[in-house]
Amino acid sequence: MLSKKQARAFFLGGTLVTFLIFIGLTIFSLSKDVDQTNHENITEAVVRGKNLWDSNNCMGCHTILGEGGYYAPELTKVIDRRGKGYIKAVLMSPVAWEPNGRKMVAYGFSEEEALDIIEFFDWIDDIDLNGFDTVVSPLAKDNN
Amino acid sequence: MKYKSQKVAYWFFALSMLLFVLQLVYGFIMGFAHAGFDGLHDIIPFNTAKAVHLNLLVVWLLSGFMGAAYYIIPEEAQRELVSVKLAYVQLISLALVGVAAIIGFHFNIWEGRKFLEIPRGLDYLVVINVLLFLGIILTTLFKGKRRTTTALVLTMGLFFAALLYLPGMLPFDSQVTDSFFRWWVVHLWVEGVWELIMGGILSFLLIKLTGVDREVIEKWLYVIVGLTFLSGVLGTGHHYYYIGVNKIWLIVGGIFSALEPLAFLAMALFAVNMYRKGEKKHPNKLALYWTLGAAIVSFVGAGLLGFAHTLPQTNLYTHGTLVTAMHGHLAFWGAYAMIVLAIISYSLPNMTGRKLYDSSRGRMAFWFSNIGMIGMTVAFGVAGVVQVYLERKMKMEFMEVQKEIEVHFYVLILCATLFVTGIILYIIDFYKHGRPTDEAIDLTSTD
Ligand code: HEC
Ligand code: HEM
Ligand code: HEM
Ligand SMILES: [Fe+2]
Repeated sequence: MLSKKQARAFFLGGTLVTFLIFIGLTIFSLSKDVDQTNHENITEAVVRGKNLWDSNNCMGCHTILGEGGYYAPELTKVIDRRGKGYIKAVLMSPVAWEPNGRKMVAYGFSEEEALDIIEFFDWIDDIDLNGFDTVVSPLAKDNN
Repeated sequence: MKYKSQKVAYWFFALSMLLFVLQLVYGFIMGFAHAGFDGLHDIIPFNTAKAVHLNLLVVWLLSGFMGAAYYIIPEEAQRELVSVKLAYVQLISLALVGVAAIIGFHFNIWEGRKFLEIPRGLDYLVVINVLLFLGIILTTLFKGKRRTTTALVLTMGLFFAALLYLPGMLPFDSQVTDSFFRWWVVHLWVEGVWELIMGGILSFLLIKLTGVDREVIEKWLYVIVGLTFLSGVLGTGHHYYYIGVNKIWLIVGGIFSALEPLAFLAMALFAVNMYRKGEKKHPNKLALYWTLGAAIVSFVGAGLLGFAHTLPQTNLYTHGTLVTAMHGHLAFWGAYAMIVLAIISYSLPNMTGRKLYDSSRGRMAFWFSNIGMIGMTVAFGVAGVVQVYLERKMKMEFMEVQKEIEVHFYVLILCATLFVTGIILYIIDFYKHGRPTDEAIDLTSTD
């Protein structure tokens, strides 16, 4: 029968080995050679857009890359779906945006801010998502 | 109760219950919003409600874990806590940081990353608070007469939970890297180190409630936490399938996360077998209900419902839908909420001297809350599956689909009402136990 000592060795050994592999895989998947995000395209505007995205907690209602709240549309391929003009209207609207009867917060962003957020979406749009992009976008009708 | 300082736990549990109730209020706000009634939108928009719901959940669970540690560690180490005063300082500062964060969420002050919404400034205070907590626990443990496996596993869980908070504080320009490290906190907490905390509390409770030999219980504890890390660390990959990193995670994450239910299965079998084996039948039946309940419901919520969407082929369609919310609820409830309610049910009579071991109110609390939560899980599940089908197979618009599934949120609210009734009964029971007292010290019994 298994002794307590062996059980402890199993715990410590298993943890150490998987942890080391995990660190190795982390370094690998963040390395430049296998980048799927077009990291070089992260301009200052994209970063400003991301900061607006974070500081207003858009993720509390929307998902992006499939993460966030399940209350409002997934925004990963939103530019493909709606076009930049529509999005600008959403973001700059002084009253709660609700064409389908569910309210978004009325941020009333300035034009520059709206454009920064759109730049952020534009960058997100081009990420290689291992196939998820074809599932979340209605344009996927054409893709699969 | 054997040591006076164990009484500190009572106040952590009381804070825990208070925040729990508040968490549920915000749950209702979101439930109603999904059902089409967002009357509070101007004061509490959905993203505020969600951030509050999640952060209160985390804080009340942490407060419960800390209370558990303050109760368990003296008894395991066989000495008083090194400082009761500092423990109260820690309690009050925890409450203040938590409340400050929650208030901030109502004024658009946050970081906007799910589960890690607390702004960075406050993050530093959280770190100081947790360091103080760990300081008290670790010095007590090292000055103690014995160092048991149960105490070590519990402390290790708390220590690594603190350490893993740090990757969540790193700033990144890339949304993808940001998300990558967000999972180091969220996933490695709930599918890693928190399972150590759960395992430690579970093992303490089983030793007390069943009378099975400590050596046997602690051996299996090592096996369980061994399985946890063996599968859970690389299992993090199930969050990396579709966020913009290499495809290797589809294989690694798929295989290892598919093994994660084993740890929860082991936990359930372990608890049930120890109960069967036990000669001693402890009179505190309610504590036993919650203890076995936690082990079993966590297997269903985390193990089975986690497995249901963890393979990359399935997750491609369910990723970021209400299917995830279905799993999140039953997993958090079974594994962490129930284990906190179990240690409270066990320790409360010992701290207050009121042996309300088997009240019908207590049993109703157990059944109402569990049946209510299972109903909520089904409601989320049906809504989620319909959403996946209409939106991701039939390619309907998101908002059109939301109208189709509104009705399931009526069911959700109904079940949530039953759930909350159970929780209110639990809290009435808590209140009826009265305050902790030194007179409850009992050196002869094994509790
Ligand atoms: C209170 C929840 C909430 C918050 C917070 C929120 N949104 Fe929205 N958003 C919505 C809802 C609901 C819709 C859909 C409205 C409709 O169609 O009726 C929407 C629509 C959109 C759309 C159009 C998407 C489409 O497919 O039609 C964009 C773009 C958008 N939001 C961006 C943002 C950004 C950027 C932020 C943060 C600055 C944000 N939203 C914050 C709820 C929210
Ligand atoms: C009154 C009871 C409750 C109601 C009505 C409720 C309702 C909700 C709703 C509507 C959401 C939002 C889903 C979305 O983003 O659209 C949510 C999220 C969540 N709730 Fe609850 N909830 C309740 C109790 C609980 C309890 C007791 C727990 C934990 C034990 C819990 C844990 C969670 C978690 C983890 C999420 C995030 C899920 C995710 O984003 O994947 N909730 N809840
Ligand atoms: C007690 C343990 C667990 C808890 C509390 C828990 C809770 C959660 C929560 C809250 C989320 C949503 C997180 C977010 O989007 O930020 C989530 C996601 C997920 N969980 Fe768990 N979980 C547990 C165990 C498991 C297990 C054992 C598995 C697999 C077998 C699993 C599989 C998944 C998957 C695949 C997702 C991603 C869903 C998506 O793509 O949207 N979970 N879990
Ligand atoms: Fe996970």
